[in-house]
Amino acid sequence: MKTALLGVVLWLIAAPLVGGLLAGADRILSARLQGRVGPPLLQPFYDALKLWDKRGGVVNRFQNFYMVAFFAFVLASGAIFFAGGDLLLVIFALTLAGVMLALGAWSTHSPYSHVGAEREILQMMAYEPMLLLAAVGMYLAGRSFHVNALASSGIPLVLQLPGVFLGFLLILTIKLRKSPFDLSASHHAHQELVRGITTEYSGRSLALFEIAHWYENVLLLGFVWLFFAFNPALGVAAALAVYFLEVVVDNAYARLTWKVTVRAAWIAAAILGATNLAVVKLLLR
Amino acid sequence: METPLKAQHLVIFLLLFPLGPALLLAAVRGAGFRRLLVGAGAAATAAASVALAAVLPSGETLWIAFASPFADQAVIVGEIVVTLFLLAACRRIRRREAWIPVVIAAQGLLLGWAEFGRDLPPVATPLYVDPFSALMAAIIGIVGGLIALYSPGYMADHHRRHPEEKDRRRGFFFLIFLFLSAMFGVVFANHLLWLYFFWEITTLCSFLMIGYTGTEEATRNAFRALGMNALGGLAFALAIVLAGTSSSAPTLEFARVAAPGAALLPAALLAFAGLTKSAQLPFSSWLLGAMVAPTPVSALLHSSTMVKAGVFVVVKLAPALHGTRTGFLLALVGGTTFLAAALLAVTQSHAKRVLAWSTVSNLGLIVACAGVGTPETLWAAAMLILFHAVAKALLFLGVGAIEHRVGSRDIEDMGGLIATRPRLAIAMIVGILGMFLAPFGMLISKWACLKALADHNLLLAVLLAFGSGPTLFFWTKWLGKLISVPSGARASDDVVGDERLALSVLVLLTAGACGLFPLAAAWFVDPWILGLFGAPLALLTRSNLLIMAAMLGMLVILPAISFLQPREPRRVPPYLAGANAGGDAFTGALGATHAVSLRNYYLADFFEENAIVRTATGLALLLTVGMLALA
Repeated sequence: MKTALLGVVLWLIAAPLVGGLLAGADRILSARLQGRVGPPLLQPFYDALKLWDKRGGVVNRFQNFYMVAFFAFVLASGAIFFAGGDLLLVIFALTLAGVMLALGAWSTHSPYSHVGAEREILQMMAYEPMLLLAAVGMYLAGRSFHVNALASSGIPLVLQLPGVFLGFLLILTIKLRKSPFDLSASHHAHQELVRGITTEYSGRSLALFEIAHWYENVLLLGFVWLFFAFNPALGVAAALAVYFLEVVVDNAYARLTWKVTVRAAWIAAAILGATNLAVVKLLLR
Repeated sequence: METPLKAQHLVIFLLLFPLGPALLLAAVRGAGFRRLLVGAGAAATAAASVALAAVLPSGETLWIAFASPFADQAVIVGEIVVTLFLLAACRRIRRREAWIPVVIAAQGLLLGWAEFGRDLPPVATPLYVDPFSALMAAIIGIVGGLIALYSPGYMADHHRRHPEEKDRRRGFFFLIFLFLSAMFGVVFANHLLWLYFFWEITTLCSFLMIGYTGTEEATRNAFRALGMNALGGLAFALAIVLAGTSSSAPTLEFARVAAPGAALLPAALLAFAGLTKSAQLPFSSWLLGAMVAPTPVSALLHSSTMVKAGVFVVVKLAPALHGTRTGFLLALVGGTTFLAAALLAVTQSHAKRVLAWSTVSNLGLIVACAGVGTPETLWAAAMLILFHAVAKALLFLGVGAIEHRVGSRDIEDMGGLIATRPRLAIAMIVGILGMFLAPFGMLISKWACLKALADHNLLLAVLLAFGSGPTLFFWTKWLGKLISVPSGARASDDVVGDERLALSVLVLLTAGACGLFPLAAAWFVDPWILGLFGAPLALLTRSNLLIMAAMLGMLVILPAISFLQPREPRRVPPYLAGANAGGDAFTGALGATHAVSLRNYYLADFFEENAIVRTATGLALLLTVGMLALA
């Protein structure tokens, strides 16, 4: 109970710091890959602070509710994860958060937001099967759906679930909003003229979106860590390496169409995920 | 003992009482008196079903001996009347539907042989009630009663809009109450011949109600429903012939007590009947065709009656099918249906078609759970039945109310409903949230399913994971349509009267089922599982319940907080690339002004409807044949 509480407090306080630093590192690395110097490491924090002070505007009075709900449920999802709770509940809370974000864009009845919202739920439809199969795979290999049991089991999940891990990396690209699968909102100005899903957000609500995204990234890297949790230090190294890889991929690819995205994620889930699950079930039971 | 006596009386009351309003409604013409009768009948039925749940001793199965010697004879006469009526109705068939009367006649002959040609031992307790059937009875009584309550207003409006249609409302309301009575029969019958009788009445009622409007399309769809359900009826009759022998009476108990193996073939045949009635692939088309009927009929067929009779019987068979190859194939039929129907729902913009495919999809999940047949999956199946009944009734009645105000059943015409008709929109939003989102209703069951399937049937777990993506997609985009606020949207006529009462109660029920589902589990489902398997089931751990409660609490508190903003934020027009022309309009090429018009994605060229229907129907047909062949 105590460690669970500690996990939640750490998540709430440390995750945005780590997430913001990761975002800063991402921007420097991306700049170097593009032959630029890039901003200071703390630039994402400066940006968020600046947004916080801006006077925002809204199209209607409902839209900010959805953004607040998105933020709150991302926090709730991570709190369940870092308290050592049920993986399926983590995924369901994250799904709820994603739905709230999309609904906020819908509520504004703005064409750019609308396209962003449709693409956001297309992305969710694409990654949901693989995400659920990853949880099922961890259950089959680690005998529990609970994060604390999986982390303390000492079972090298990644060795038993190499296919699931690869499939997870693919949908991680979608979740981190990285090219080639950044359909609904990109980090890069050169990818799009108007940023789909957040078009109608400004000021504090936009800052909230950025901070929620930092939280989300840390949570997703937590999933990566869980694959390597038999050796916590190796897990942290693996999570950082995966993030580095995602940034490189982000800069190396242009955006693909939604059809390719859905197909790629579903084929990965069907071939890498399901096959790996079947093998684990046959060999380990 | 005093208590069981009362429960017995309530069971018999529920079986017979709805016939009273039914007969009176068949005679009454006046609108006011009809409304009064429907209201009183629905209220009494609902109250009795709740009372039954309250007085049933916790966790017990109550066997009810029915002393009257006339009862068996009445059932036999009733069966003959239903068969003759259906055969007479078949005079309006087309040439390609000629097989339908043949199947009905074959059913009748088989049954005649089972009843008169063989010497079956008498059934001592033709009726029973256990916690699961008490839960079903409460669903039928309350949800069915609310749909009945909603109907007079809707039907009056329906006939105002369609003056060319013949007014057959007396028959319509007769059928609604007859349907309820038959559904109580299905959930309380232990005697297979009685169960068959009530089963056939539900087929008859749905046939007549689907054909209500009398158009050519309605008549053809009614015959399709009749034909497919007659196939199920034929399988049912065969199952009776096989299950009842000179040594064992023909009761539903065979699924639990017969020697393993001996029960398999009749169980598979009954499961086949359940597949037809619950509109599983390859038999889904009748339920899609049933949309031509007035909306209360759809609400009734989809939520508390008809399709639920199908899954109810399939769940009852689980003990005989558990661990068999037949059960495995049955579960795969359900899993295939779940995934295919979810994909098909993505491609539809017609609200009733989306709801229909979503019903088929959810029932597929229930069938899959029943086919696996472990305590966890049966728990999930019972909870799915509960959540689906309340949420789907709410959604259908909501769509009916929207249709009469907006003049369309197309989801694309429901944009901005939250601004124009907030009450109606909130009813729809509650229904949709209950259907797919954590921490509400259906998702609790899916969570339990996924856990159980990971252990027992990996293939189904994969199908479930794949189906949840499209499910999320089609519900969210509908939700998005409802809550989008076009500029200049003005409040308009919202729901009133009995419609509003029925919708409000259903909203409360859906919210209550979502918030208080642990009570429903503790009251009905856990004791039933305990009685069935002899071991308690601890699915809901305290910490997970706390998390779900916290999420629910957040969803209630968050809107309150976000409306407590210190000052009204600055309003800006939506971004239209700087070419705003006031409101939702923009200046386009050559200076012309265009209004913004937004359409949802239906991915019709990605998920090709015909290809999915063909593939999934073929696959399900193969699995169904395999299921019977392996039994």
